[in-house]
Amino acid sequence: MPMPLMLNEDQVQLKDAARAFIQAKSPVTAFRKLRDNREPDGFDRKLWKEMAELGWAGIIIPEEFGGVGFGYVGLGVVLEEAGRTLLASPLISTALIGATAVLLGGSSAQKKEILPAITTGGWLMALAHEEGPHHSPYAVSTKAKAEGDGFILSGKKTFVLDGHVADQLIVVARTSGKRDAKQGLTLFLVDRATPGVKVTRMHMTDSRNAANVSFSKVKLGRHHVLGGIDQGTDILDAVLDRARIGLAAEMLGGVREEFERTVEYLKTRQQFGVLIGSFQALKHRAAEMFCEIELSVSVVLDGLIAIDENRNDVPQIASLVKARLNDTYFLVSNEALQMHGGIGMTDEFDMGLFMKRARVAMASFGDSLFHRDRYAALEGY
Amino acid sequence: MSDLEKFRTETRAWLEENCPPSMRTPMPEDETCWGGRNPVYKNPGTKVWMDRMGARGWTVPTWPREYGGGGLSKEENQILQQELWRVRARMPLASFGIWMLGPALLEFASEEQKRHYLPQIARGEIRWCQGYSEPGAGSDLAGLQTKAEDMGDHYLVNGSKIWTSYGHLADWIFCLVRTDPKASKHRGISFLLFDMATPGVSTKPITLISGASVFAQTFFDNVKVPKPQLVGTLNDGWTIAKALLQHERNMIGNMGNTGITGPGGSRSPAAMAKRYSGEIKGRIADPALRLEIARHNMNSRAFGVTGQRMADEMKAGAPPGPASSMFKYYGTEQNKRKFELLLQAMGTSALGWEGKAFDENELGVTREWLRSKGNSIEGGTSEVQLNIIAKNVLRLPD
Repeated sequence: MPMPLMLNEDQVQLKDAARAFIQAKSPVTAFRKLRDNREPDGFDRKLWKEMAELGWAGIIIPEEFGGVGFGYVGLGVVLEEAGRTLLASPLISTALIGATAVLLGGSSAQKKEILPAITTGGWLMALAHEEGPHHSPYAVSTKAKAEGDGFILSGKKTFVLDGHVADQLIVVARTSGKRDAKQGLTLFLVDRATPGVKVTRMHMTDSRNAANVSFSKVKLGRHHVLGGIDQGTDILDAVLDRARIGLAAEMLGGVREEFERTVEYLKTRQQFGVLIGSFQALKHRAAEMFCEIELSVSVVLDGLIAIDENRNDVPQIASLVKARLNDTYFLVSNEALQMHGGIGMTDEFDMGLFMKRARVAMASFGDSLFHRDRYAALEGY
Repeated sequence: MSDLEKFRTETRAWLEENCPPSMRTPMPEDETCWGGRNPVYKNPGTKVWMDRMGARGWTVPTWPREYGGGGLSKEENQILQQELWRVRARMPLASFGIWMLGPALLEFASEEQKRHYLPQIARGEIRWCQGYSEPGAGSDLAGLQTKAEDMGDHYLVNGSKIWTSYGHLADWIFCLVRTDPKASKHRGISFLLFDMATPGVSTKPITLISGASVFAQTFFDNVKVPKPQLVGTLNDGWTIAKALLQHERNMIGNMGNTGITGPGGSRSPAAMAKRYSGEIKGRIADPALRLEIARHNMNSRAFGVTGQRMADEMKAGAPPGPASSMFKYYGTEQNKRKFELLLQAMGTSALGWEGKAFDENELGVTREWLRSKGNSIEGGTSEVQLNIIAKNVLRLPD
């Protein structure tokens, strides 16, 4: 029997706890403060420690490596709540992507070293894969040339999420073949402090962390390889699919928060002597959003369950989920702003913050055009 | 062997023996089995299959046995459906009695009425039609004017219904009538059942833009309806009407996602795009069309997953909630988009009307495309569904 498309009791409890914690410790005002103070870290390290103590940093990591083994549904539940308050944290870069990459590709020695360090909130991770302004997983020119016992890594990466704070970078490099070839990729674990690694923070519109990272003849040993040499593509694809579904869960939180606030506004704002929510033009648009959101809720949960059940349609569902949440966040963030009218345009109001986050999240791990085309390819057309 | 496993084994054996080979092939639309008093069976296997399934109660597997149903549990029914799918069995009986009236009778009818009407539905003996819309009462359904006057031992019905699906072919009608003209419009409506052969009933088929006549206008001129044919409480028919509409909306909303034109079907938009507009290395040649089709198919799948989620939530005890209006709205809009994509993929090949210049499938797509435009009108327009969501779910002010 397939798992029912519902949260179980433990997961509901986790969701309630996550909401209570996040609403209390990190409401949108906390995110605003980080932005306005131009915090060099871009997130709150103390809060991340507390989140790690709750088990969230190691939420997908099995107990044998110190994690809580709650699976991707568990992580998704936390991410959704984080999305509601625009909580900036290494949940995506480290708890989701870093842990996934090591779980899927790491040797037992690497797992023993890294996973406990992630779980305690000690190590931050970042996946360095993009090289251009558009998501393109195999467009990799960064080269790792075999030399002696190890490799020399050279190249440039961009839009590395949490790159400027990460302790360890997971770098996608080419060990054979040409740019755009699907094969010939290898993943490397690179300490950010290694000579030749240069990190420049990218100040993005959503005030989250990203970085340009360049590698200038960085010397690496065999033990830095994550997975096999020339075998990186399968791990990378699996990591990206999990990143897409996890990020979609965060996006869903933003979508729901914005929608709820907007419906509330329609019930309180008066013009022409009546509540604006009585206008059919707005009612219909709100009802249409409701339908899109209900479908989004379903596919996010289905995607998270698909990962936990190790279903073989994870790639399809990942593209479906990411494309759908891209489109839904786009719709809702634009409609929310429009329905709030002038006040929605002010920096003081939160709608703009959600819109900025929506746009950056949409560009992360593939926009809708990318995923529609990929879905078509996976489905044989 | 567990009981369910045993049920599966027995079901499989029974189907092997009883499902005629001619009922295990894809069904052309003109072989749909509607049952009734005056059936037309182009394929003789159709009647055999309906009768065998009807006798077992498997035309309505989850209805109680005393009402002609199969009395199956949800789990057993799931197994039955899987086994039916395994042999590619056709639907044994298409029926508004099964999809719409039956569930309403189970909820609102008297014991006597249930025992009388439901077994006839299960066995396909009576073909039902729905008397809801009127020329002056479309989206504003509760504004209906067909009246039923109390004449002591019977009601006297006068008025007219429109958009009566297969009204000219049906045996009986379930009909909304005004029994109290003085009450507010939702309060004075009652739910009547009567025989279409009663003196004073006449019908006129309506030709649609697709060329087909799946609807009729129905006229009632001093039609005498015996009083025991009232369902539920006098003047409280709107309650039944609303419940029945939910069944209707679920039925219409579910149409587009399955079958040969659904995603993965042999005549899906993706398959037709490859065939009619070109294929390069196994992919639809035109990238713009490819992306449109992918978007549509992803939405279909998301819609299917949502149906599954709602079913799981209801199994766990959640109330049905907003589901039916959302399904009706989204499902019908999707179905319309599917046919638009088929037309785009097939170009002028899907714009034929008749004759030998087009094959049967091509002509069928043209007609179905036109027919699909009614999906977002019948059973409550898309706009009405959005109003219901805004009011009942989002609680937006009037």
